[in-house]
Amino acid sequence: MATTAAPQPKTNRIGLTVLDYRGGKTTLCAGCGHNAISERIIDAFYEMGVAPERVIKVSGIGCSSKSPAYFMGRSHSFNSVHGRMPSVTTGAVLANAKIVALGVSGDGDTASIGIGQFVHLMRRNLPMIYIIEDNGVYGLTKGQFSATADLGSKLKTGVINDLPPIDTCALAIMLGATFVGRSFSGDKRQLQHMLKAALAHRGTVMLDVISPCTTFNDHEGSTKSYKFVKDHEEPLHDLNFVPHFNEIDVDYDPGTCLNVTMHDGSSLRLRKLEEDYDPTNKTEAVKRVMESHDADEVLTGVLYLNTTAPNFIDMINMTDQPLATLPESVTRPSRAVLDECMEALR
Amino acid sequence: MATTEFAVHGAEHGAVRGPVVNDFSIQVATVNGSGSQSANTVLLRTIFQMGVPVSGKNMFPSNIAGLPTWYTIRASKKGYIARKKEIDFLVAMNPETAREDTMSLASGAAVLYDEPLKLNELRSDVTFYTVPYDKICAAVCSESKLRKLVKNMIYVGVMAQLLKLDMAEVEKALRKQFAKKVKAADLNWNAAKAGYDYAASSLTKADPFTVERMNKTTGMIIIDGNAAAALGCMFAGVTVVTWYPITPSSSLVETLIDYMKEYRVGDDGKATFAIVQAEDELAAIGMVLGAGWAGARSMTATAGPGISLMAEFAGLGYYVEIPGVIWDIQRVGPSTGLPTRTAQGDIEFVAKLSHGDTRHPMLLPCSVAECFSMASDAFDLTEQLQTPVFVMSDLDLGMNNWMSEPFQYPEKPQNRGKVLTAEELERAGGFARYKDVDGDGVGYRTLPGTDHPQAAWFARGSGHNENSGYSERPDDYANNMDRLAHKFETARTLIPKPEIVCNDGNEVGIIAYGTSHHAVVETLDQLQGEYGVKADYLRLRAYPFTSETHDFVAAHKRIYMIDQNRDAQMLQLLKLDIAIEEIRKLRSVRHYNGLPIDARSITDDITTQEGK
Repeated sequence: MATTAAPQPKTNRIGLTVLDYRGGKTTLCAGCGHNAISERIIDAFYEMGVAPERVIKVSGIGCSSKSPAYFMGRSHSFNSVHGRMPSVTTGAVLANAKIVALGVSGDGDTASIGIGQFVHLMRRNLPMIYIIEDNGVYGLTKGQFSATADLGSKLKTGVINDLPPIDTCALAIMLGATFVGRSFSGDKRQLQHMLKAALAHRGTVMLDVISPCTTFNDHEGSTKSYKFVKDHEEPLHDLNFVPHFNEIDVDYDPGTCLNVTMHDGSSLRLRKLEEDYDPTNKTEAVKRVMESHDADEVLTGVLYLNTTAPNFIDMINMTDQPLATLPESVTRPSRAVLDECMEALR
Repeated sequence: MATTEFAVHGAEHGAVRGPVVNDFSIQVATVNGSGSQSANTVLLRTIFQMGVPVSGKNMFPSNIAGLPTWYTIRASKKGYIARKKEIDFLVAMNPETAREDTMSLASGAAVLYDEPLKLNELRSDVTFYTVPYDKICAAVCSESKLRKLVKNMIYVGVMAQLLKLDMAEVEKALRKQFAKKVKAADLNWNAAKAGYDYAASSLTKADPFTVERMNKTTGMIIIDGNAAAALGCMFAGVTVVTWYPITPSSSLVETLIDYMKEYRVGDDGKATFAIVQAEDELAAIGMVLGAGWAGARSMTATAGPGISLMAEFAGLGYYVEIPGVIWDIQRVGPSTGLPTRTAQGDIEFVAKLSHGDTRHPMLLPCSVAECFSMASDAFDLTEQLQTPVFVMSDLDLGMNNWMSEPFQYPEKPQNRGKVLTAEELERAGGFARYKDVDGDGVGYRTLPGTDHPQAAWFARGSGHNENSGYSERPDDYANNMDRLAHKFETARTLIPKPEIVCNDGNEVGIIAYGTSHHAVVETLDQLQGEYGVKADYLRLRAYPFTSETHDFVAAHKRIYMIDQNRDAQMLQLLKLDIAIEEIRKLRSVRHYNGLPIDARSITDDITTQEGK
């Protein structure tokens, strides 16, 4: 008989194991980039110690939008209609501004049918994390081009894309999102740090994550294949996220590393790989993103970050208690108020 | 002219009539953007303040300035407040329409016109009064750019003198209208007085129409339906409001914003609500459902074109079972249609709004009081039934001023429906979102943010089983749809019951809903008084139909359904709901020219069908 106790599973700062952040079994294709993103989401929420009950997962329609079923089963989830995730999320956050909102969308769901809601969501800077699982094709309908497909990219059938892509990051930066990043489902470390930083931000976080479609868009000639992205990824910086609850901080060199204090007190350290890049400069950020297209680069990293702009909830000046659960004594004015209103109408 | 279909030339051709007291209609024909609305409101309020039942209807173009507009005011000692088809007194201010407006009057009417228009040359069977507006204006208003506005108040003064209105009441109404703008009030009051003095010294009363004091408006209020709905929503406890501007619904939310800022901001200066102008109606209803899912009392207001866009989300709300209130202030469709004219044109579409098998409850307010009270009904129902609820108002109700008894404070506590708390979940040991535990087709739900590991459920517009898990199983799909159908049966027992205005065993029954009510009340009197036809009357207050309506159909030989649309939409819905042998009883009266429905048209239609 063993005399030592069985090893306890590792827990995070709120006492949950990583298993508490798991969801249903994925039904996506083997090797799909979306599954890797789901894993990173699980890790990030676990490591940050976010209670899954405080989280909502909202999505539209498509392969990407199915993925919320495959992580964080203890969170409420809403798989809504095609291209309309932003409005559903907006309503939910207005009803309960205390919840952590995670929107999962795809390139078709966002850049085609949902572009209207996407751009207006960015303008509002609603506190939420918006992830585009971006593979350049419609997977569920078997491989048509989406609006983020690059010029000259080739479909399996040999069809060449001859329309310019919509750069969702450039749009998001221009329109008012306050944390805009691009990453790659295959870049585990960068994506994980970016997601953790996203959880520390109070405003719209828009992450375009290139997520290759192994079934319809992973071939020679595609600019969204694993090989292409690995060969062309151009990280702006080496990301290192230091949560506010970490007891031990590591020194950093301000000369080579930019330190950003996030809303919750955490630190985002960006070790510069490109010397002059300043992610707090909007104009420069858009310029650099547009240049990356000409250079055939997949530019990744935190492209833009603004920790001072007010978010939508601040602007509305809403009461602290969630609107959803305000008692009737607060939401129904008194009889005297009705009398006053009636008198004014006589 | 544009607002009466044809002239009814009476037998009293040019004959002198006895006095007609408190029973006539005035039509002010003007140009939109000319500021006549204030003058017309003063005229309306003056009659109201004199205790005479009154209604006002604005027939305006889809335009900001420069096109013809008509405002009709009806005074009725009997309390009829529907539009009167015949115009008794025309105030012709618009040179463009003045001739046509005059020619379409019935014999015996009166016309007040601007001197240069020379309308008196057109006919000999109506009474003409001429007013030299420019001369009077110049005397009371030194600023030439204000004269266009002040001109309108001159006809108020002239009409006051001709109709024997109390000038003290005119002043009271005028000062209420201009409220804190004292300078504007003084200027306008001088104009009204000048008009009055001119009429007293230069015009000889030759028409029979006058106003005498009554006591039928004591304690009453004047408000438009959209403002009444806004008040109703505030007292119903709405917390999330989204909208996209569209005529004729915009003023509902704009008024709500004003009220909420006044009465729903806490002592700490923080709002107990969120109001968002969305990028379109798709987003507006998406936000409503997102907020409803998360537990807020949420709503939007729109009109037909917005409803069309909302079809996709309406289906989602039905299938995922999420509350949300949608106000449809109906206007004339299809497509852009007549954006500033009234109709009940969305009834059939909204009843089944979405692809796939879908049914939605609709509330059918007929009055400003019901716009107020049905707001609470709508929020209670939507949360009880966990499905979107539509309130079907219309432009006539929403944008026109109506007199009303003061609104009753909502006595019933808010019914927030079946929502499980963390403690209840703990006791129950979990839940199945779509399981029909209580036999009413309505499952239990939890709200996002509920602090319990078993609280979460997966809201999805795709096929699902009782546990909200993804399912394409034939039995799961069919069982779920059957439960939804059963839930709609539950709705029948919870929605406002019809108002049976009279049920005296007559052969003829009339069914109407919404603003048609006011015309039908008058039609009942016309049918009996003029044709000896006695009819029973049931007013629908909600859809689906309830047993009272089925019984009413069964109890009558001929049923006339009044619809303000071409295709007899409510009649079509009723057909689906009654026994085949009852269908042949149904007859249709339809009104669909964009103008508010009037009693005479209904009476004529029914008597023709009755062979009278």
